[in-house]
Amino acid sequence: MLEHIELFFKSIFIDNMVFAVFLGMCSYLAVSKKVATAVGLGAAVIFVLAVTVPLNWLLDQYLLRDGALAWLGPEYADYNLSFLSFIMFIATIATMVQLVEIVVEKFSPSLYNSLGIFLPLIAVNCAILGGSLFMQARDIPSLGLALNYGISSGIGWFLAILAIAAIREKIRYSNVPPPLRGLGITFIITGLMGIGFQSFGGMLTGDNDPPETTEQTTAEKIEEEKIIKEEIDDKKAVSYNDVINE
Amino acid sequence: MALLSKKDANLILDPLADNNPITIQVLGICSALAITAELKASLVMSISVIFVMGVGNVVISLMRNLIPSKIRIIAQLIVVATLVIVVDQVLKAFAYELSKTLSVFVGLIITNCIIMGRFEAFALGNGVWRSFLDGVGNALGYGLILVMVGFFRELLGAGTLFGIPVLGDPIAKTGLYSIGYENNGFMIIPPAALIVVGVIIWVQRSRNRALIEEA
Repeated sequence: MLEHIELFFKSIFIDNMVFAVFLGMCSYLAVSKKVATAVGLGAAVIFVLAVTVPLNWLLDQYLLRDGALAWLGPEYADYNLSFLSFIMFIATIATMVQLVEIVVEKFSPSLYNSLGIFLPLIAVNCAILGGSLFMQARDIPSLGLALNYGISSGIGWFLAILAIAAIREKIRYSNVPPPLRGLGITFIITGLMGIGFQSFGGMLTGDNDPPETTEQTTAEKIEEEKIIKEEIDDKKAVSYNDVINE
Repeated sequence: MALLSKKDANLILDPLADNNPITIQVLGICSALAITAELKASLVMSISVIFVMGVGNVVISLMRNLIPSKIRIIAQLIVVATLVIVVDQVLKAFAYELSKTLSVFVGLIITNCIIMGRFEAFALGNGVWRSFLDGVGNALGYGLILVMVGFFRELLGAGTLFGIPVLGDPIAKTGLYSIGYENNGFMIIPPAALIVVGVIIWVQRSRNRALIEEA
Protein backbone atom coordinates (compact mmCIF):
# COMPACT_ATOMS: atom_id res chain seq x y z
CA MET A 1 0.00 0.00 0.00
CA LEU A 2 2.77 2.37 0.97
CA GLU A 3 4.61 1.82 -2.31
CA HIS A 4 1.41 2.69 -4.19
CA ILE A 5 1.08 5.99 -2.37
CA GLU A 6 4.76 6.73 -2.86
CA LEU A 7 4.66 5.99 -6.60
CA PHE A 8 1.48 8.03 -6.94
CA PHE A 9 2.91 11.22 -5.47
CA LYS A 10 6.31 10.65 -7.02
CA SER A 11 4.89 10.42 -10.55
CA ILE A 12 2.66 13.45 -10.10
CA PHE A 13 5.08 15.87 -8.50
CA ILE A 14 8.69 14.72 -8.61
CA ASP A 15 8.91 12.94 -11.96
CA ASN A 16 6.28 15.16 -13.52
CA MET A 17 5.91 14.31 -17.22
CA VAL A 18 6.18 17.90 -18.37
CA PHE A 19 8.50 19.56 -15.89
CA ALA A 20 11.01 16.81 -15.20
CA VAL A 21 11.27 14.93 -18.50
CA PHE A 22 9.58 17.26 -21.05
CA LEU A 23 7.16 14.70 -22.42
CA GLY A 24 4.15 15.76 -24.42
CA MET A 25 5.50 19.24 -24.93
CA CYS A 26 4.09 19.63 -28.45
CA SER A 27 0.45 19.30 -27.49
CA TYR A 28 1.20 20.99 -24.17
CA LEU A 29 2.23 24.13 -26.06
CA ALA A 30 -0.30 23.86 -28.87
CA VAL A 31 -3.49 23.15 -26.91
CA SER A 32 -2.90 25.31 -23.83
CA LYS A 33 -4.44 28.56 -25.06
CA LYS A 34 -7.76 27.97 -23.28
CA VAL A 35 -8.52 26.24 -20.00
CA ALA A 36 -11.55 24.35 -21.36
CA THR A 37 -9.67 22.62 -24.18
CA ALA A 38 -6.72 21.97 -21.90
CA VAL A 39 -9.02 20.12 -19.50
CA GLY A 40 -10.37 18.01 -22.38
CA LEU A 41 -6.94 17.00 -23.61
CA GLY A 42 -5.65 16.42 -20.08
CA ALA A 43 -8.56 14.08 -19.31
CA ALA A 44 -7.96 12.17 -22.55
CA VAL A 45 -4.28 11.76 -21.67
CA ILE A 46 -5.08 10.35 -18.20
CA PHE A 47 -7.54 7.95 -19.77
CA VAL A 48 -5.24 6.67 -22.52
CA LEU A 49 -2.25 6.36 -20.18
CA ALA A 50 -4.37 4.38 -17.72
CA VAL A 51 -5.21 1.92 -20.51
CA THR A 52 -1.91 1.66 -22.40
CA VAL A 53 0.64 1.49 -19.57
CA PRO A 54 -0.81 -1.68 -17.95
CA LEU A 55 -1.30 -3.22 -21.40
CA ASN A 56 2.28 -2.55 -22.41
CA TRP A 57 3.40 -3.82 -19.00
CA LEU A 58 1.77 -7.17 -19.83
CA LEU A 59 3.40 -7.16 -23.27
CA ASP A 60 6.76 -6.41 -21.74
CA GLN A 61 6.45 -9.08 -19.04
CA TYR A 62 5.14 -11.91 -21.20
CA LEU A 63 6.56 -11.22 -24.66
CA LEU A 64 9.44 -8.81 -24.85
CA ARG A 65 11.85 -8.84 -21.95
CA ASP A 66 14.77 -11.23 -21.54
CA GLY A 67 13.38 -14.68 -20.80
CA ALA A 68 9.78 -13.48 -20.97
CA LEU A 69 8.77 -16.31 -23.29
CA ALA A 70 9.60 -18.97 -20.67
CA TRP A 71 5.89 -19.62 -20.16
CA LEU A 72 5.79 -21.15 -23.67
CA GLY A 73 8.18 -23.86 -22.61
CA PRO A 74 11.80 -24.16 -21.45
CA GLU A 75 13.24 -24.00 -25.00
CA TYR A 76 11.97 -20.42 -25.37
CA ALA A 77 13.57 -19.17 -22.16
CA ASP A 78 16.63 -17.70 -23.89
CA TYR A 79 14.81 -15.33 -26.21
CA ASN A 80 15.15 -11.61 -25.68
CA LEU A 81 12.84 -9.60 -27.89
CA SER A 82 13.26 -6.28 -26.12
CA PHE A 83 14.64 -4.63 -29.27
CA LEU A 84 11.09 -4.89 -30.63
CA SER A 85 9.58 -2.91 -27.79
CA PHE A 86 9.38 0.44 -29.64
CA ILE A 87 7.35 -0.99 -32.49
CA MET A 88 5.16 -3.11 -30.20
CA PHE A 89 4.44 -0.24 -27.82
CA ILE A 90 3.58 2.24 -30.54
CA ALA A 91 1.38 -0.29 -32.32
CA THR A 92 -0.49 -0.98 -29.07
CA ILE A 93 -0.92 2.71 -28.44
CA ALA A 94 -2.17 3.51 -31.94
CA THR A 95 -4.59 0.58 -31.85
CA MET A 96 -5.84 1.37 -28.35
CA VAL A 97 -6.41 5.00 -29.21
CA GLN A 98 -8.44 3.96 -32.24
CA LEU A 99 -10.36 1.42 -30.16
CA VAL A 100 -11.02 3.85 -27.34
CA GLU A 101 -12.29 6.36 -29.88
CA ILE A 102 -14.77 3.84 -31.34
CA VAL A 103 -15.96 2.61 -27.94
CA VAL A 104 -16.42 6.08 -26.51
CA GLU A 105 -18.26 7.21 -29.62
CA LYS A 106 -20.62 4.25 -29.35
CA PHE A 107 -21.40 4.33 -25.64
CA SER A 108 -21.01 7.92 -24.54
CA PRO A 109 -21.60 10.47 -27.28
CA SER A 110 -21.35 13.35 -24.81
CA LEU A 111 -17.90 12.24 -23.65
CA TYR A 112 -16.97 11.70 -27.28
CA ASN A 113 -17.93 15.25 -28.12
CA SER A 114 -15.69 16.62 -25.42
CA LEU A 115 -12.76 14.20 -25.86
CA GLY A 116 -13.22 13.06 -29.44
CA ILE A 117 -11.19 15.64 -31.31
CA PHE A 118 -8.23 15.10 -29.01
CA LEU A 119 -8.02 11.35 -29.27
CA PRO A 120 -6.24 11.15 -32.66
CA LEU A 121 -3.77 13.77 -31.42
CA ILE A 122 -2.90 11.54 -28.53
CA ALA A 123 -1.49 8.64 -30.55
CA VAL A 124 1.50 10.80 -31.36
CA ASN A 125 1.76 12.47 -27.95
CA CYS A 126 5.20 11.69 -26.53
CA ALA A 127 3.75 11.50 -23.02
CA ILE A 128 1.90 8.31 -23.92
CA LEU A 129 4.84 6.44 -25.46
CA GLY A 130 7.09 7.98 -22.82
CA GLY A 131 4.85 6.56 -20.09
CA SER A 132 5.31 3.05 -21.47
CA LEU A 133 9.05 3.45 -22.08
CA PHE A 134 9.69 4.80 -18.58
CA MET A 135 7.54 2.01 -17.16
CA GLN A 136 9.91 -0.42 -18.91
CA ALA A 137 13.08 1.45 -17.98
CA ARG A 138 12.15 1.70 -14.30
CA ASP A 139 11.18 -1.96 -13.96
CA ILE A 140 7.77 -1.39 -12.42
CA PRO A 141 7.23 -4.66 -10.54
CA SER A 142 3.49 -5.37 -10.73
CA LEU A 143 0.40 -4.77 -12.85
CA GLY A 144 -1.25 -2.75 -10.08
CA LEU A 145 1.74 -0.44 -9.86
CA ALA A 146 1.79 -0.09 -13.64
CA LEU A 147 -1.85 1.02 -13.60
CA ASN A 148 -1.05 3.39 -10.75
CA TYR A 149 1.93 4.76 -12.70
CA GLY A 150 -0.22 5.34 -15.81
CA ILE A 151 -2.94 7.18 -13.93
CA SER A 152 -0.67 9.27 -11.73
CA SER A 153 1.64 10.41 -14.51
CA GLY A 154 -1.50 11.29 -16.47
CA ILE A 155 -2.67 13.41 -13.55
CA GLY A 156 0.73 15.09 -13.41
CA TRP A 157 0.45 16.00 -17.09
CA PHE A 158 -3.13 17.19 -16.56
CA LEU A 159 -2.05 19.49 -13.72
CA ALA A 160 0.75 20.93 -15.82
CA ILE A 161 -1.40 21.75 -18.86
CA LEU A 162 -4.18 23.14 -16.64
CA ALA A 163 -1.74 25.45 -14.87
CA ILE A 164 -0.12 26.76 -18.05
CA ALA A 165 -3.52 27.29 -19.72
CA ALA A 166 -4.72 29.34 -16.78
CA ILE A 167 -1.53 31.41 -16.81
CA ARG A 168 -1.76 31.97 -20.56
CA GLU A 169 -5.36 33.17 -20.24
CA LYS A 170 -4.24 35.75 -17.68
CA ILE A 171 -1.05 36.76 -19.43
CA ARG A 172 -3.01 38.02 -22.40
CA TYR A 173 -3.67 41.18 -20.38
CA SER A 174 -0.02 41.73 -19.55
CA ASN A 175 2.47 43.82 -21.43
CA VAL A 176 4.91 41.20 -22.70
CA PRO A 177 7.75 42.41 -24.96
CA PRO A 178 6.55 41.74 -28.54
CA PRO A 179 9.28 39.24 -29.59
CA LEU A 180 8.53 37.12 -26.54
CA ARG A 181 4.77 37.05 -27.07
CA GLY A 182 3.15 33.66 -27.51
CA LEU A 183 5.70 30.91 -27.71
CA GLY A 184 8.69 32.60 -26.08
CA ILE A 185 7.02 33.61 -22.85
CA THR A 186 5.30 30.23 -22.61
CA PHE A 187 8.68 28.50 -22.73
CA ILE A 188 10.10 30.73 -20.04
CA ILE A 189 7.06 30.36 -17.77
CA THR A 190 7.22 26.59 -18.17
CA GLY A 191 10.88 26.72 -17.21
CA LEU A 192 10.08 28.73 -14.09
CA MET A 193 7.26 26.35 -13.17
CA GLY A 194 9.68 23.46 -13.65
CA ILE A 195 12.09 25.06 -11.21
CA GLY A 196 9.19 25.39 -8.78
CA PHE A 197 8.31 21.73 -9.21
CA GLN A 198 11.92 20.77 -8.50
CA SER A 199 11.32 21.81 -4.92
CA PHE A 200 9.03 18.79 -4.54
CA GLY A 201 12.18 16.69 -4.90
CA GLY A 202 12.68 16.67 -1.15
CA MET A 203 9.10 15.56 -0.49
CA LEU A 204 9.79 11.85 -0.18
CA THR A 205 12.39 11.01 2.40
CA GLY A 206 13.91 7.59 2.97
CA ASP A 207 15.30 5.47 0.18
CA ASN A 208 14.12 7.39 -2.83
CA ASP A 209 16.39 6.70 -5.76
CA PRO A 210 17.78 9.69 -7.58
CA PRO A 211 15.69 10.40 -10.71
CA GLU A 212 17.18 8.87 -13.82
CA THR A 213 17.51 11.95 -15.94
CA THR A 214 20.79 12.65 -17.65
CA GLU A 215 21.00 16.08 -16.06
CA GLN A 216 21.06 14.56 -12.63
CA THR A 217 23.88 12.22 -13.53
CA THR A 218 25.97 15.02 -14.98
CA ALA A 219 25.38 17.11 -11.89
CA GLU A 220 26.27 14.18 -9.69
CA LYS A 221 29.42 13.45 -11.68
CA ILE A 222 30.57 17.02 -11.28
CA GLU A 223 29.69 16.91 -7.60
CA GLU A 224 31.64 13.67 -7.13
CA GLU A 225 34.65 15.02 -8.95
CA LYS A 226 34.57 18.09 -6.74
CA ILE A 227 34.39 16.00 -3.59
CA ILE A 228 37.29 13.78 -4.70
CA LYS A 229 39.41 16.75 -5.64
CA GLU A 230 38.56 18.46 -2.37
CA GLU A 231 39.59 15.35 -0.48
CA ILE A 232 42.89 15.30 -2.33
CA ASP A 233 43.36 18.99 -1.60
CA ASP A 234 42.55 18.37 2.08
CA LYS A 235 45.12 15.60 2.23
CA LYS A 236 47.68 17.83 0.60
CA ALA A 237 46.87 20.57 3.06
CA VAL A 238 47.19 18.14 5.98
CA SER A 239 50.54 16.79 4.86
CA TYR A 240 51.70 20.35 4.24
CA ASN A 241 50.66 21.27 7.77
CA ASP A 242 52.43 18.21 9.11
CA VAL A 243 55.59 19.25 7.33
CA ILE A 244 55.32 22.72 8.81
CA ASN A 245 54.67 21.35 12.26
CA GLU A 246 57.66 19.10 12.04
CA MET B 1 24.52 25.62 -56.89
CA ALA B 2 24.34 23.38 -59.89
CA LEU B 3 23.22 20.38 -57.93
CA LEU B 4 20.14 22.00 -56.42
CA SER B 5 17.73 24.38 -58.06
CA LYS B 6 16.89 27.47 -56.03
CA LYS B 7 13.53 26.04 -55.03
CA ASP B 8 15.10 22.84 -53.83
CA ALA B 9 17.79 24.69 -51.92
CA ASN B 10 15.10 26.61 -50.08
CA LEU B 11 13.69 23.32 -48.83
CA ILE B 12 16.91 22.89 -46.88
CA LEU B 13 17.61 26.50 -45.97
CA ASP B 14 14.14 27.63 -44.84
CA PRO B 15 13.86 25.34 -41.82
CA LEU B 16 17.25 26.52 -40.59
CA ALA B 17 15.99 29.99 -39.81
CA ASP B 18 12.62 31.50 -40.69
CA ASN B 19 10.66 28.28 -40.62
CA ASN B 20 12.57 26.49 -37.90
CA PRO B 21 10.71 23.42 -36.63
CA ILE B 22 11.35 24.19 -32.96
CA THR B 23 11.15 27.95 -32.67
CA ILE B 24 8.50 28.66 -35.31
CA GLN B 25 6.52 25.51 -36.09
CA VAL B 26 6.60 24.37 -32.42
CA LEU B 27 7.25 20.74 -33.30
CA GLY B 28 9.50 18.17 -31.72
CA ILE B 29 10.22 19.84 -28.44
CA CYS B 30 9.33 16.68 -26.56
CA SER B 31 12.43 14.63 -27.02
CA ALA B 32 14.66 17.60 -27.69
CA LEU B 33 15.15 19.36 -24.41
CA ALA B 34 15.83 16.63 -21.91
CA ILE B 35 19.09 15.53 -23.50
CA THR B 36 20.68 18.91 -24.14
CA ALA B 37 22.70 19.17 -20.94
CA GLU B 38 25.73 17.93 -22.87
CA LEU B 39 26.82 18.95 -26.34
CA LYS B 40 27.78 15.42 -27.33
CA ALA B 41 24.35 14.00 -26.57
CA SER B 42 22.71 16.86 -28.49
CA LEU B 43 24.88 16.18 -31.52
CA VAL B 44 24.19 12.45 -31.53
CA MET B 45 20.48 13.07 -31.13
CA SER B 46 20.55 15.51 -34.06
CA ILE B 47 22.36 13.01 -36.28
CA SER B 48 19.86 10.29 -35.35
CA VAL B 49 16.95 12.56 -36.21
CA ILE B 50 18.56 13.59 -39.52
CA PHE B 51 18.89 9.93 -40.46
CA VAL B 52 15.34 9.02 -39.42
CA MET B 53 13.80 12.06 -41.11
CA GLY B 54 15.73 11.72 -44.35
CA VAL B 55 15.10 8.02 -44.83
CA GLY B 56 11.59 8.16 -43.40
CA ASN B 57 10.50 10.93 -45.74
CA VAL B 58 11.86 8.97 -48.71
CA VAL B 59 10.04 5.78 -47.67
CA ILE B 60 6.75 7.58 -47.03
CA SER B 61 7.06 9.47 -50.28
CA LEU B 62 7.63 6.21 -52.17
CA MET B 63 4.57 4.66 -50.52
CA ARG B 64 2.37 7.72 -50.73
CA ASN B 65 0.08 6.25 -53.38
CA LEU B 66 -0.21 2.91 -51.62
CA ILE B 67 -1.24 3.99 -48.11
CA PRO B 68 -5.01 4.21 -47.55
CA SER B 69 -5.62 7.56 -45.91
CA LYS B 70 -7.61 6.07 -43.00
CA ILE B 71 -4.75 4.05 -41.59
CA ARG B 72 -1.93 6.35 -42.63
CA ILE B 73 -1.02 7.31 -39.06
CA ILE B 74 -0.38 3.70 -38.08
CA ALA B 75 1.55 3.11 -41.33
CA GLN B 76 3.71 6.16 -40.62
CA LEU B 77 4.31 5.10 -37.04
CA ILE B 78 5.47 1.67 -38.16
CA VAL B 79 7.93 3.19 -40.65
CA VAL B 80 9.39 5.53 -38.01
CA ALA B 81 9.49 2.84 -35.36
CA THR B 82 11.46 0.54 -37.66
CA LEU B 83 14.00 3.27 -38.44
CA VAL B 84 14.31 4.18 -34.78
CA ILE B 85 14.98 0.56 -33.84
CA VAL B 86 17.85 0.62 -36.35
CA VAL B 87 19.25 3.80 -34.76
CA ASP B 88 18.85 2.36 -31.28
CA GLN B 89 20.63 -0.88 -32.13
CA VAL B 90 23.47 0.97 -33.86
CA LEU B 91 23.91 3.26 -30.84
CA LYS B 92 23.88 0.30 -28.47
CA ALA B 93 26.51 -1.46 -30.57
CA PHE B 94 28.92 1.42 -31.17
CA ALA B 95 28.27 3.99 -28.41
CA TYR B 96 26.89 2.08 -25.46
CA GLU B 97 27.63 4.76 -22.84
CA LEU B 98 25.91 7.40 -24.90
CA SER B 99 22.88 5.21 -25.51
CA LYS B 100 22.56 4.87 -21.72
CA THR B 101 22.60 8.65 -21.40
CA LEU B 102 19.94 9.07 -24.07
CA SER B 103 17.94 6.16 -22.56
CA VAL B 104 14.27 6.37 -23.52
CA PHE B 105 14.73 9.52 -25.56
CA VAL B 106 15.95 7.55 -28.57
CA GLY B 107 12.64 5.71 -28.49
CA LEU B 108 10.80 8.97 -28.22
CA ILE B 109 12.07 10.01 -31.66
CA ILE B 110 9.11 7.90 -32.85
CA THR B 111 6.61 10.33 -31.43
CA ASN B 112 8.71 13.36 -32.28
CA CYS B 113 6.10 15.65 -33.78
CA ILE B 114 8.50 16.97 -36.43
CA ILE B 115 8.63 13.59 -38.07
CA MET B 116 4.89 13.00 -38.17
CA GLY B 117 4.33 16.64 -39.06
CA ARG B 118 6.64 16.52 -42.08
CA PHE B 119 5.24 13.16 -43.21
CA GLU B 120 1.74 14.58 -43.14
CA ALA B 121 2.55 17.98 -44.51
CA PHE B 122 5.15 17.16 -47.13
CA ALA B 123 6.11 13.57 -47.89
CA LEU B 124 2.54 12.43 -48.53
CA GLY B 125 2.19 14.96 -51.34
CA ASN B 126 5.62 15.31 -52.92
CA GLY B 127 8.21 13.41 -54.90
CA VAL B 128 11.08 11.43 -53.46
CA TRP B 129 13.98 13.86 -53.98
CA ARG B 130 12.09 16.87 -52.68
CA SER B 131 10.82 14.90 -49.68
CA PHE B 132 14.37 13.85 -48.89
CA LEU B 133 15.56 17.46 -48.99
CA ASP B 134 12.64 18.58 -46.87
CA GLY B 135 13.32 15.88 -44.29
CA VAL B 136 17.02 16.64 -44.06
CA GLY B 137 16.37 20.39 -43.95
CA ASN B 138 13.90 20.15 -41.10
CA ALA B 139 16.07 17.76 -39.17
CA LEU B 140 19.01 20.14 -39.62
CA GLY B 141 16.91 23.02 -38.30
CA TYR B 142 16.00 20.89 -35.31
CA GLY B 143 19.61 19.84 -34.80
CA LEU B 144 20.77 23.45 -35.00
CA ILE B 145 18.63 24.48 -32.05
CA LEU B 146 19.58 21.34 -30.13
CA VAL B 147 23.28 21.98 -30.60
CA MET B 148 22.87 25.64 -29.66
CA VAL B 149 21.04 24.77 -26.45
CA GLY B 150 23.55 22.00 -25.68
CA PHE B 151 26.46 24.38 -26.31
CA PHE B 152 25.23 27.04 -23.90
CA ARG B 153 24.09 24.62 -21.21
CA GLU B 154 27.32 22.65 -21.16
CA LEU B 155 29.52 25.74 -21.44
CA LEU B 156 27.78 27.75 -18.74
CA GLY B 157 26.79 24.82 -16.54
CA ALA B 158 29.95 22.77 -16.46
CA GLY B 159 32.56 24.90 -18.24
CA THR B 160 33.24 22.15 -20.76
CA LEU B 161 32.50 21.38 -24.42
CA PHE B 162 32.29 17.72 -25.48
CA GLY B 163 33.56 17.00 -21.96
CA ILE B 164 36.78 18.99 -22.48
CA PRO B 165 37.30 21.90 -20.07
CA VAL B 166 37.47 25.13 -22.06
CA LEU B 167 37.11 27.76 -19.36
CA GLY B 168 39.92 26.50 -17.16
CA ASP B 169 39.81 24.30 -14.10
CA PRO B 170 37.10 25.23 -11.53
CA ILE B 171 38.94 23.56 -8.64
CA ALA B 172 42.50 24.64 -9.36
CA LYS B 173 41.16 28.10 -10.27
CA THR B 174 42.86 28.51 -13.62
CA GLY B 175 41.66 30.36 -16.70
CA LEU B 176 38.42 32.30 -16.26
CA TYR B 177 37.93 30.86 -12.79
CA SER B 178 40.99 32.75 -11.56
CA ILE B 179 39.13 36.02 -11.97
CA GLY B 180 36.14 34.84 -9.95
CA TYR B 181 33.99 33.10 -12.57
CA GLU B 182 31.77 30.31 -11.23
CA ASN B 183 29.89 27.51 -13.01
CA ASN B 184 26.17 28.15 -13.18
CA GLY B 185 24.73 24.93 -11.73
CA PHE B 186 21.35 26.27 -12.72
CA MET B 187 22.01 25.48 -16.37
CA ILE B 188 22.31 21.77 -15.69
CA ILE B 189 18.83 21.25 -14.25
CA PRO B 190 16.12 20.34 -16.81
CA PRO B 191 13.99 23.53 -16.70
CA ALA B 192 16.97 25.63 -17.81
CA ALA B 193 16.63 24.10 -21.28
CA LEU B 194 13.21 25.69 -21.64
CA ILE B 195 14.52 29.06 -20.58
CA VAL B 196 17.43 28.84 -23.04
CA VAL B 197 15.03 28.00 -25.88
CA GLY B 198 12.78 30.86 -24.76
CA VAL B 199 15.72 33.24 -25.02
CA ILE B 200 16.69 31.87 -28.47
CA ILE B 201 13.12 32.55 -29.63
CA TRP B 202 13.33 36.03 -28.15
CA VAL B 203 16.57 36.81 -30.01
CA GLN B 204 15.30 35.34 -33.28
CA ARG B 205 12.05 37.29 -33.20
CA SER B 206 13.74 40.52 -32.23
CA ARG B 207 15.94 40.18 -35.31
CA ASN B 208 13.07 39.27 -37.63
CA ARG B 209 9.99 41.19 -36.56
CA ALA B 210 7.77 39.49 -39.17
CA LEU B 211 7.75 36.39 -36.95
CA ILE B 212 6.15 38.07 -33.93
CA GLU B 213 2.86 36.49 -32.84
CA GLU B 214 -0.31 38.50 -32.45
CA ALA B 215 -1.72 37.14 -29.18
